[in-house]
Amino acid sequence: MNLIERAVNGGMAWINERAPGLMPVYRKHMSEYYAPKNFNLWYYFGALSMLVLVNQIVTGIFLTMHYKPSALEAFASVEYIMRDVSGGWLIRYMHSTGASLFFVVIYLHMFRALIYGSHQKPRELVWILGMLIFLTLMAEAFMGYVLPWGQMSYWGAQVIINLFGAIPFVGTELTEWIRGDYLVSDATLNRFFALHVIALPLVILLLVVLHLGALHEVGSNNPDGVDIKKLKDPATKIPKDGIPFHPYYTVKDLFGAGFFLTIAAFILFFVPTFGGLFLEHDNFVQANPMVTPLHIKPVWYFTPYYAMLRAVPDKLFGVMTMGGAVMILFLLPWLDRSPVKSIRYRSMISKVMVALFVIAFVVLGWLGMQAGSTTQTWVARGLTFFYFAFFITMPIWTRLGTFKPVPERVTMHD
Amino acid sequence: MANDEVHSGRRRFLTATTAVVGAVGVGFAAVPFITSWKPSARAEVAGAPVDVDIAKLENEPGMRMIVQWRGKPVWIFKRTPEQLKALATLDGNLRDPKSDNPDQTPAFAKNEARAIKPDIAVIVGICTHLGCVPGYVPEMLPQPFDSKWQGGFYCPCHQSRFDLAGRVYQGVPAPSNLEVPPYHFVNDTHLVIGVAPKGAA
Repeated sequence: MNLIERAVNGGMAWINERAPGLMPVYRKHMSEYYAPKNFNLWYYFGALSMLVLVNQIVTGIFLTMHYKPSALEAFASVEYIMRDVSGGWLIRYMHSTGASLFFVVIYLHMFRALIYGSHQKPRELVWILGMLIFLTLMAEAFMGYVLPWGQMSYWGAQVIINLFGAIPFVGTELTEWIRGDYLVSDATLNRFFALHVIALPLVILLLVVLHLGALHEVGSNNPDGVDIKKLKDPATKIPKDGIPFHPYYTVKDLFGAGFFLTIAAFILFFVPTFGGLFLEHDNFVQANPMVTPLHIKPVWYFTPYYAMLRAVPDKLFGVMTMGGAVMILFLLPWLDRSPVKSIRYRSMISKVMVALFVIAFVVLGWLGMQAGSTTQTWVARGLTFFYFAFFITMPIWTRLGTFKPVPERVTMHD
Repeated sequence: MANDEVHSGRRRFLTATTAVVGAVGVGFAAVPFITSWKPSARAEVAGAPVDVDIAKLENEPGMRMIVQWRGKPVWIFKRTPEQLKALATLDGNLRDPKSDNPDQTPAFAKNEARAIKPDIAVIVGICTHLGCVPGYVPEMLPQPFDSKWQGGFYCPCHQSRFDLAGRVYQGVPAPSNLEVPPYHFVNDTHLVIGVAPKGAA
């Protein structure tokens, strides 16, 4: 045994003696966490969202070192970061591109759950905790978008805060309480900064720990929706179709991360605003409380819900539709009554419904970015109706049709 | 004091009362944090009345002045006799044609033109839907959003429409008319925004 090895082993022994609970935690979550061996491409997005979260935290910390959370200085300080701070443009674009990519991977991660039935029993709690992360992330992203204090920051904040004004009786006072003023102002910017850089990130981190903890209690689902714990090796008690998360999936996720970072770097260096989708053109104009931009719209990841808000010609009902569209997702584990988990073995009608849902969601997202002609409004109304019908009638259509037999063990296509 | 008996009833009582007292304490401790979010004293003071010289409205028909009151844009503009005549014809298309809701219309402005002097309009330019600033489209010409347009305001955010008295059309997301701020005339070319006329509510 050489000197280094002795020092490492000695150090490990020293820690184990004083904290004997640490190694079991490592084994439970990494080296002896048995994940199904048939994960496919869809299973990258959980790990990738962790990667983006780390990116947001690290770049965010460095941005706060140069950013000024005051209505007078915010816009200029962002320009200062972009032009004068060494590497500031890169850090800022990493943060702003990271925000959009966060939603890309989160939406794909959620869609994975939908098609493979990962929300079904016994993983309802995992789904609910994931939904809470999604909700917090929406608030985090919204407040972050206000900080550059451009025109879209300002008017986006104005519109979103006024959504709460639709609540009967307390609405107006509630909006004043949120803004800390009679209109969006310095006070609003300052508190959004506090929430964005410390309060909500702490909540998100806590929820991520709980989300993973809840997952590791029940184990991961897989593209076949087969419960791998049913078939264990009698001698070792290890699932026959399970492989240790570390090193097998850490290595696989590293490969995925490399691929993902390549795409992210391309966006970062060549199309950081993504043609106005990631950073809108109007946000390069300083906030002006006297003038609303002619075409106001949220960033792409909110546009499906925004289209639903606009489709309803009534304030309170519109806000309820928008909120309900997000909240109904919480009920997914109980709305889905399919006897099988994975879409591979579901009936044709289920496959068609999911495909239509994807189309409806994407088209709504596109409609939310448009100015809104009469035709578009009617299309948005139809699709909003379908969005809700998809969920409300889910207990019926998930049971219809003929299902394929679910195999005893996971299938490998090799 | 040796007592082997366990009084589970007493324990439950103590646990419950401790929890209740603790919850009340947390509730009171939360008050300063929650109230710290209310508009500060400085924000409240900033709502002082604004003095406006409107002499230049005479220069050009349809001209509009925008002044800031409590940080909000207030529009002051002059309506032509044709525009005023058109207001009465719109009643059937409006949600609150008589301005019955006192939240947006103070009693002194509860008339067809929603104004002290019918030709001079004073309106807070914040859409009652979600707070955008509607655009000024005074021309009485067909518009892409309304082929029988009689002049008014069109909100770019969610397509709400208002007439030239700030009254909301039916079938748009905005729930109520635009707000008329308290104001009064000092003389023919001077008005004060933020103070209602004497003797008026």
